[in-house]
Amino acid sequence: MAKAKLMDYDKALELFEPVLGFEVHVELSTKTKMFSAAPNNFGSEPNTNITPTCLGLPGSLPVVNEEAVRYSISLGLALDCEIAESSSFARKNYFYPDLAKNYQISQFDEPIAINGNVEVELPNGRVFQIDIERAHMEEDAGKLTHVGGSTGRIQGAEYSLVDYNRAGVPLVEIVTRMIEGAEHDAPELAKAYVATIRDIVLALGISDAKMERGNLRCDANVSLRPRGSDKLGTRTETKNVNSLRSVERAVRYEIQRQAQILADGGTIIQETRHWHEDTGATSAGRPKSDADDYRYFPEPDLLPVVPDPALIEDLRAALPEKPAERRRRLKADWGFTDLEFQDVVNSGLLNEITETVAAGATPQAARKWWTGEIARLANAAEGDAGIDITPAQVAELQQLVNEGTLTDRLARQVLEAVAAGEGSPRKIVETKGLAVVSDDGALIAAIDEALSAQPDVLEKIKDGKVQAAGAVIGAVMKAMQGKADAARVRELVLERAAAL
Amino acid sequence: MSDLIHKTAAQLAEMLAAGTTTSVEITQAHLDRIAAVDGDLNAFLHVNAAVSLEAAKASDARRAAGAPLSPLDGVPIAIKDVLVTTDMPSTSGSKILEGWMSPYDATVVTKVREAGLVPLGKTNMDEFAMGSSTEHSAYGPTRNPWDLDRIPGGSGGGSAAAVAAFEAPLALGSDTGGSIRQPAHITGTVGVKPTYGGVSRYGAIALASSFDQIGPVTRTVMDSALLHDVIKGHDVHDSTSLKDEWPSFAEAAKNANVKGLKIGVIEQLDGEGFQPGVLARFHESLELLKANGAEIVNVSLPSLEHAVAAYYLILPAEASSNLAKFDSVRFGLRVQPEGGGTVEQVMSATREAGFGAEVKRRIILGTYALSAGYYDAYYGSAQKVRTLVQRDFADAFSKVDVLASPTAPTTAWKLGEQLDDPVAMWRGDIATIPANMAGIPGISVPAGLADEDGLPVGIQFLAPAREDARLYNVGAALETLLEQKWGHTLLSQAPELKGGAL
Repeated sequence: MAKAKLMDYDKALELFEPVLGFEVHVELSTKTKMFSAAPNNFGSEPNTNITPTCLGLPGSLPVVNEEAVRYSISLGLALDCEIAESSSFARKNYFYPDLAKNYQISQFDEPIAINGNVEVELPNGRVFQIDIERAHMEEDAGKLTHVGGSTGRIQGAEYSLVDYNRAGVPLVEIVTRMIEGAEHDAPELAKAYVATIRDIVLALGISDAKMERGNLRCDANVSLRPRGSDKLGTRTETKNVNSLRSVERAVRYEIQRQAQILADGGTIIQETRHWHEDTGATSAGRPKSDADDYRYFPEPDLLPVVPDPALIEDLRAALPEKPAERRRRLKADWGFTDLEFQDVVNSGLLNEITETVAAGATPQAARKWWTGEIARLANAAEGDAGIDITPAQVAELQQLVNEGTLTDRLARQVLEAVAAGEGSPRKIVETKGLAVVSDDGALIAAIDEALSAQPDVLEKIKDGKVQAAGAVIGAVMKAMQGKADAARVRELVLERAAAL
Repeated sequence: MSDLIHKTAAQLAEMLAAGTTTSVEITQAHLDRIAAVDGDLNAFLHVNAAVSLEAAKASDARRAAGAPLSPLDGVPIAIKDVLVTTDMPSTSGSKILEGWMSPYDATVVTKVREAGLVPLGKTNMDEFAMGSSTEHSAYGPTRNPWDLDRIPGGSGGGSAAAVAAFEAPLALGSDTGGSIRQPAHITGTVGVKPTYGGVSRYGAIALASSFDQIGPVTRTVMDSALLHDVIKGHDVHDSTSLKDEWPSFAEAAKNANVKGLKIGVIEQLDGEGFQPGVLARFHESLELLKANGAEIVNVSLPSLEHAVAAYYLILPAEASSNLAKFDSVRFGLRVQPEGGGTVEQVMSATREAGFGAEVKRRIILGTYALSAGYYDAYYGSAQKVRTLVQRDFADAFSKVDVLASPTAPTTAWKLGEQLDDPVAMWRGDIATIPANMAGIPGISVPAGLADEDGLPVGIQFLAPAREDARLYNVGAALETLLEQKWGHTLLSQAPELKGGAL
């Protein structure tokens, strides 16, 4: 796919103000689907998690999942929304083979949550308030697999397979109001916003929030307003953005693409665009106009959702700390510098460090392990298999260092073994014999041997050229296979040299 | 022909309890009757004698073991094809579902099976219940047992004709705008549309979800009450089904007494536009009720003037969406355009071939009514009329216990007579539609024969939502009074069906 002509980003920002808007779909991790008792599981054999309702069989009817309603209320509350006393479902009618009934049941003019706000912090420390217009419940569609074409898309495919396992999975769609004033930070804001939503739903425990699995999906609306104009530009809606990094890249790309078109005297077409991770570009999808006619009307098979006010208050009381508040608290508690803390936040390591500190490590030690050696091991790990190191293991490792059993170097070796699944740090120290040799007798024997092997060095030390001791220390460390405390070796070398 | 077919369900239940007959005998008698006369009537789309007799045998075994499932255990029943069944095809009268086997039973079907009733087969209907004559069935019209050249009403003409022709003592129907009550009126039988939500809709192939209601089709009020008692109640699969505890409707029918009952006659449904013989029988019935202690007053429901127009916007709107699922992807007919085609082309070819003219007419109408720019004028206005109708009924029921009207303006018309004028046929639903608009229950009870054509006429009673029991009270009372007056049942006056007339 040919990349469009792109304007330099800074130049684009000189000429235009980016205006953003986001629609984030969150798949809820309820036990069963939005309107049927079919299991809500990812990765099952195709068309096994289905009921007559998921398939839209004649005579079947939807029934609202109360767990999904509770999750949606919690999410609405976490976004500082008002929860509607009564909300209702509508039918969004359009024909598509992944939509079993050829209509989607979705909340339309009476959503469950409205008028919210979420605080988003950018990597540069800037804090942004994003207004939430609404959060509404709906059902997911099935999944189409296009077979026979070269691109995996419907164009050129010989046939398509439909898997209705996902049909009816509960979704909450969170819609922001128009976001102005992000300016240069627009791409970072996009990423930070989606990351914040992810953190909120994870903290609530209502979604697996894995973007690569489609648990969390972001449609990014971008338009440009010429500097000095108060007229909004035509927007595009970029879909298929399934990682935080892609959200940032896609918004940056659209700003640059639209700026170039406008600068060249062209017009922006109101359309959906698809993000392509491989090429780092968006391509035109289907034209979209405000007059898209889905023939919405109230879903006659369902009653309005009227939650008990007591339930809402219970859910409000059970809300976890907001991510922004939590970050402020942790930064103060841990005493990190701005830079250190941003590094932790951007690496998504708040939970790991919290738990490692809870397991007994100091915040700084926890930070160093997670942002340093563990991050390096994770990067080196093949594919997305990841590495399996728990905060408790990290705390134990640090404990071994603190008590002198391990040097930093040895500790890194132990960590590698932990990552390889060989057991707890203490067990690995025992089975591999990796502990520091603290027996002076063994060290002295090695030192005497090294000194006698290098009589010239011994003379130099005796002459007061203490820095010459390095060569002996190196030899001793080598003989001890690294399992010695270098500082102690140095002390002993100087003692022995003086004595000989 | 065995006399067993002329017994009511209540009588059959008594005989089974007394051990003077068996379910196999009863079932066989009805299967024989179907074999003899259904070639002329076409009331049934599907009959499987072997399956029915198996169910009858199982019922007899339960009786022998002293463990019947309900008083009706062993009594046969016919099932309108709008209800899905696992052991018989379910087509809703449409080609698009020809031969389709449902993997699940409708809740009402499960309930009648759990009560031990013996399904005889699936009955004919207008395609997707769209029609008032059963002429819109994709499988040919059902004929009226009173006159084979005439329509049996619709959409449930199959269930009504089956019961009127003694092919089944009981049947299930569905009533969206009169599809149970109007055929009852046309065939001299009893039909009840319960309160909306009184009976589960799960497994009823939806026409218009906010109007559809499943109900009994029988020859006597008591039989309707007995069947209603079997099928009523909340269903976890249907969010719109009510959680109410319902009284025994059989008790209400048994203890019928209209002394002091206040009956309102709906002015808008009495007079102009109604056939003289229909009105004559209507007023005769009211006089009889009055003579037995009921108080008769006139009430006005001014919004009924717009009810038919509003109904024929809301119904097609919901139907256009409900019928979208018939696209060939997951079930039913699939028509491949020549040389293959895209999924849109296959869907389009399938729907073109699979739906009949009346269905297409209503899909187009409904799609239009819901379209952006027209929604407020059509669907929106229609919903406002619906609210007005509901208010009119609430007002009326603050003054009277039940309302009364003729069930329909005319007696049975000739096959084909109204096919060229769909709007005329829609207007015929004027008396039955309001109950569906308001979600209230209604019953049609035979009131006699029209003088001018000798065809059956029904009287309709309506009650406030949740007060279905009042219908069994007034219906059973009137039925008794009329039969005392006539000295016979109305259906005993129907011509003898010989079979092979056509």
